[in-house]
Amino acid sequence: MFKKQLISLLYQIGALLLAFGVVSLILLSVGASPWDAYRNMFTGSFGSMRKFAEVLVAFVPLLLVTAGLLATFSSGLWNIGVEGQVVLGAIATTWVYRFFLDSGLPPALIITLAILGGMVGGAIWAALAGVLKVFGGVNEIFGGLGLNFVATALTIYLIFGPWKRPGVASMSGTVPFPDEFSLPQLAALRISPWALGISLVGIVVIYFLLQGTYFGLRLKAVGKNFRAAYLLGIPTWQYSMYSFLVCGALAGAAGAMQVAAVYHRLIPSISSGYGYLGLMVAMLINYRAVWAVPVALFFAGLNIGSIQLPILMKLDSSLSGVLQGVLVLFVLLAAGVRQKFSKKA
Amino acid sequence: MTQETILIGLAGVLASAAPVIFAVLGETLSERAGVINLSMNGTILLAAMGGFAVAYNTDNILLGFLAGMLIGAIVALIVAFASITLKQSQVAVGFVLALTCRDLSYFLGNPYMGVPGPRLQAIPIPVLADIPVLGVLFFRHDLITYVSFIAIFLAWAWIFRTRPGLMLQGIGEKPAAAYIRGANVNLMRYVYTVVGGALIGLAGPAYSLAIRAGWMGTISGLDGVGWIALSITIFGGWNPLRGAFGAYLFAFLQWLGLVLQPVLTQVPSQVLQVAPFPLMILTLLLVNIGDAEWVERALAAMPESARKLLSKLLRALRASPPAALGVPFERD
Repeated sequence: MFKKQLISLLYQIGALLLAFGVVSLILLSVGASPWDAYRNMFTGSFGSMRKFAEVLVAFVPLLLVTAGLLATFSSGLWNIGVEGQVVLGAIATTWVYRFFLDSGLPPALIITLAILGGMVGGAIWAALAGVLKVFGGVNEIFGGLGLNFVATALTIYLIFGPWKRPGVASMSGTVPFPDEFSLPQLAALRISPWALGISLVGIVVIYFLLQGTYFGLRLKAVGKNFRAAYLLGIPTWQYSMYSFLVCGALAGAAGAMQVAAVYHRLIPSISSGYGYLGLMVAMLINYRAVWAVPVALFFAGLNIGSIQLPILMKLDSSLSGVLQGVLVLFVLLAAGVRQKFSKKA
Repeated sequence: MTQETILIGLAGVLASAAPVIFAVLGETLSERAGVINLSMNGTILLAAMGGFAVAYNTDNILLGFLAGMLIGAIVALIVAFASITLKQSQVAVGFVLALTCRDLSYFLGNPYMGVPGPRLQAIPIPVLADIPVLGVLFFRHDLITYVSFIAIFLAWAWIFRTRPGLMLQGIGEKPAAAYIRGANVNLMRYVYTVVGGALIGLAGPAYSLAIRAGWMGTISGLDGVGWIALSITIFGGWNPLRGAFGAYLFAFLQWLGLVLQPVLTQVPSQVLQVAPFPLMILTLLLVNIGDAEWVERALAAMPESARKLLSKLLRALRASPPAALGVPFERD
């Protein structure tokens, strides 16, 4: 057992080194120093308290999305529509805010309702993909992708249409809410401890749901072998729907955090691609919840650190995406190579 | 609007569908062989950037197109290696490549942002171009659009009218049976995935060297095209003719959105741009729903005449994927 874990670790370190090697070659090919690039990314993310706070701001939605995806992956579903579920969470949160803003209710209550609204919004969007899958036979990848585009269009429609700023509508989004309606932030830092807390609760709940409950066990049974689970009497399609709803609610919470704790309004790119990035994190950790926190933190760090690249080195900030992608790719390939060798032995 | 502007608009629809058609044909070949190449969205961007960069630096448009195809083939080779040889999830590897190639195109394309470069010129075909109506529609395009017309029929004829095409259907439907008949299933899957990838790659320079000449990075509007092409492949039921129809329909709807823009001033243009997506979901639903169990039960409960009509309709719409799509082949 110990030897097996050691070999697995060696493969993963190998994948990590290879990924950094390939990205270093890409950097050299455009005449940039890999060392400078990595150093700038590190100091740009973990170099100061202020920057680390920015990393945490990115970490919150990423962790929530990853937590949600662990539920759908467990039941064998490729919920690529998670990106749209984040967007719908943000839209629903904004809607609740707009509804209650002048109601005179205490701000804390309105914030709570707005976040819950976001979770419901994300869950509804996920349920749509689920219904298409379960009752319409539409693969969740294709249905989800279509719904992602629709969600983005809906955001833009709202910003330029019914929810536009008085006067002229613009890409800068809807009118920001007054400060007392956003989740309280730490003094001088942009991170809200409440948002951080909610995201950690999200992953802990998912961990125990999957590891320690009958529900999680059945969910995994459906994912491992749909037909066998059905024959054993597990209500399979219901469990598929449950996992969509759980994932959608968490993705919706991620969207709610983007509105309630970061932007205080709806903007066109409200999801910032965290849905797709969450899929990458989930693949990299091989769907094990314990690793979600460190890997999501690492990926968030890469995203924030890469913002320094255009400023300091005239490189495009998409390098973080390249590094994340190459890393996941090599980890997947390493898993394949390892399986191939262990089968031969 | 005059008849002339409508005709030119429709000719533009045929031209702007060309890249999507290459992508759909490539994906169709790949999936017919049993391999889903989900990397398409990133591949097209990387091939668009790479094709433009090569054509710009060598001042040779043909080399640009070849570079795009090579990029597509290499990405497809990674998908094939990971899924056929290493037996990893095609969807996972393809999705990672879709994101990675996209970001790589933005990263490497940075120096080429907004740089004016070479562009394919229209070649009116003598005599044919002067035919009224048809001349404007079909015979005043650039080379790559003509190639797209021909490619549709070549791909269709290859799959449905040749022996190797029959074998291709076999390795996607019943690989074990094709193997017994002497087909090297995994080798053929490699070949079709890579050839399909090269076709998908061709879509890139078809944008950056022709329809939307140049490289504009994140604002080039190409992000998403690959996902659309993926949906159209399914809409097309893995048939090149039906897939091409889907691609034209999509291009037509986008053009319609632009034309209707001045009429529907209160709807932002970005919304009309995505108008085809709900339609796409609906068509996916229509082509798949015939297979759903509850539909069959509902049909069985209907009176004879209604049932016959409905089931005929559903059968006409239905498009079942190759049976072995995404399933690795084991000899034993």
